[in-house]
Amino acid sequence: MSETQTIEPAAGVERSGDAAPDEEPEHRFLFSAWHLVLLPIAFVMVIPLVWMLVTSLQTLEETRHYPPTLLPSSLQFRNYTDVLQQAPFTRWFVNTLIVTIVVVLGNLLFCSLAGYAFARIKFFGREVVFILILATLMVPFQVVIIPTFLIVRGFGLIDTLGALMLPNLVSAFGIFMLRQFFLTLPVELEEAARIDGASRLGILFKIVLPLSGPALATLAVIMFLWTWNDFLWPLITIYSAQNMTLQLGLATFQGAHQTNTNLLMAANVMSMIPVLLLFFFAQRWFVRGIATTGLKG
Amino acid sequence: MAEVRLEHVTKRFADDVVALDDLSLEIGDGEFLILVGPSGCGKTTALRLVAGLEKPSAGTITIGERVVNGVSPRDRDIAMVFQNYALYPHMTVYRNLAFGLKERKTPKPEIERRVTEASAILGLDDLLKRRPAQLSGGQRQRVAMGRALVREPEAFLMDEPLSNLDAKLRVQMRAELKRIHQRLGITTIYVTHDQVEAMTLGDRIVVMSNGKVQQIGRPQEVYSSPTNLFVAGFIGSPPMNLLRGHVADGHVHAGELSLPTSAATPADVAVGVRPEDLSIVGPDGPALDLEVDVVEPLGNQVVVHGTVSGSVVETGAEEENDVPMHLEGSRAPLTAVFDPADEPRPGDRIRLGLAPERAYLFDLRTGDAIANEVEASR
Repeated sequence: MSETQTIEPAAGVERSGDAAPDEEPEHRFLFSAWHLVLLPIAFVMVIPLVWMLVTSLQTLEETRHYPPTLLPSSLQFRNYTDVLQQAPFTRWFVNTLIVTIVVVLGNLLFCSLAGYAFARIKFFGREVVFILILATLMVPFQVVIIPTFLIVRGFGLIDTLGALMLPNLVSAFGIFMLRQFFLTLPVELEEAARIDGASRLGILFKIVLPLSGPALATLAVIMFLWTWNDFLWPLITIYSAQNMTLQLGLATFQGAHQTNTNLLMAANVMSMIPVLLLFFFAQRWFVRGIATTGLKG
Repeated sequence: MAEVRLEHVTKRFADDVVALDDLSLEIGDGEFLILVGPSGCGKTTALRLVAGLEKPSAGTITIGERVVNGVSPRDRDIAMVFQNYALYPHMTVYRNLAFGLKERKTPKPEIERRVTEASAILGLDDLLKRRPAQLSGGQRQRVAMGRALVREPEAFLMDEPLSNLDAKLRVQMRAELKRIHQRLGITTIYVTHDQVEAMTLGDRIVVMSNGKVQQIGRPQEVYSSPTNLFVAGFIGSPPMNLLRGHVADGHVHAGELSLPTSAATPADVAVGVRPEDLSIVGPDGPALDLEVDVVEPLGNQVVVHGTVSGSVVETGAEEENDVPMHLEGSRAPLTAVFDPADEPRPGDRIRLGLAPERAYLFDLRTGDAIANEVEASR
């Protein structure tokens, strides 16, 4: 949707130079047949979020009402304070934040190093090793849960945040993605830097990475979402409440006999805030590409 | 400053393509040497070998007194200007210029002094805070030059640095380059496929083809005595006309043309005629009968294209994207350059003569030049 909106005014401007002015209104008209498809899809996407928000402000009785009430009779903001009091929500939030930040930074660093090596350094067996790494993308997580668990236990990290961080510091996906991006950067820039006296690491950190903003941002967002929302691995490795992450902690709101849906939704809303913020700010990065502007124009 | 020597350098790529075949070259201290040839002739490979961006398969490369075969590019003390400039897009002009010095831990005041100096030489003072994206093509080119200048290297390596500029800017920068070289006198190896650049800039030029040196010499020397068919066809604009010829009875015959010659063997030759050596002659005597096809007035001269009877000789200097000529029967294309006063019209038939000593002869089998000593005509 946003694409049609940004392209149309540009096309209009281009046309206005050489075309007759009476052709213009056609291009200013922003409605497109696509909207008939996109608007319903957007509606379907938004409904669960709205419902979550609404439920988080309802009383417990209202949440159990059938048919569901879409507008609360009063806004129960105390649901939010109740969550914070009844559960170590802040603790979980901080845990999740620490794990996520470490995993994101780890991926940015290690995937950059590995991706650059696979993209630019010639070494024996490079292609084979790269294909092996890619092949691990095809192995389902369920298959490696037990071996990974045993390794992490070997390090004595079970029931610590380390168990959540260590196995995820580098990812095959990140290596693959960054390698592909690095390959698109003009190799002359790196040759110029080599002649200018930069070392391999210097080239990576001073030339390649500053030009890889969009790719790094994309990887960071993907790893952030993935780590923030991960449930299965924390469920297996974390037992004690003070080491839980948000997703794991939220699950404790669901009892076997009773679920406080309004509190659960209030907690959900709070856990989503960082993700929403991230999307808001990272979006700008996706569309920014400056990598080739130093070359001939 | 230093001299650069390549001795028996061969470069074979992984797919067994021989890019350079036993190249030996000596570039004197402060010399401006041009490597020129059609695309794929190995000239850029030669430059990249000197830069250290490629490793030679055989042979030695010496910069100054030092054999640099195993030395990394950063330790060779050379600076390179790339065809597409390769400016760092995320850095300002100042940081682009300073990058190489910073990487070498040059003290800050020294960096500042050199950047100021280079930007004064190249007129970049007002642009130091801009980024490459905010510069015009010519400005980017000058920044790329500046990045090499500030390093004060032993040698400059330039890989077609002017080929991305428009024609007018290219002429300006060509003169600018020559001025800078005269002022600083730094050993320069300059790769180009443009033979005007080769002729105007070089102290010496090296004509290359298929990874081999065809001729090394001063520009005028290469122009006036090409050692083989390839050089003859490549150097000169418009290029030399080459017709199939035959030697008999102390004369060489090519189409309607017949000229006295000292050469006796071999019988089959290529006759080369520079377009500017042709002139319009009267109805008597041997001459070429040119059927004018296209006339290009250039102001100070007219370039006339047409056909004569005879057959053309391929030199190997033809570029892949040259327009193929469609010729009927036994006609060969011919180009002549005249004074504007003599401007013919398309469709005219004119008689062209040339002084016998201005004809170049080449062995058709080997392509080598044949000595053609004829006394200057009366």
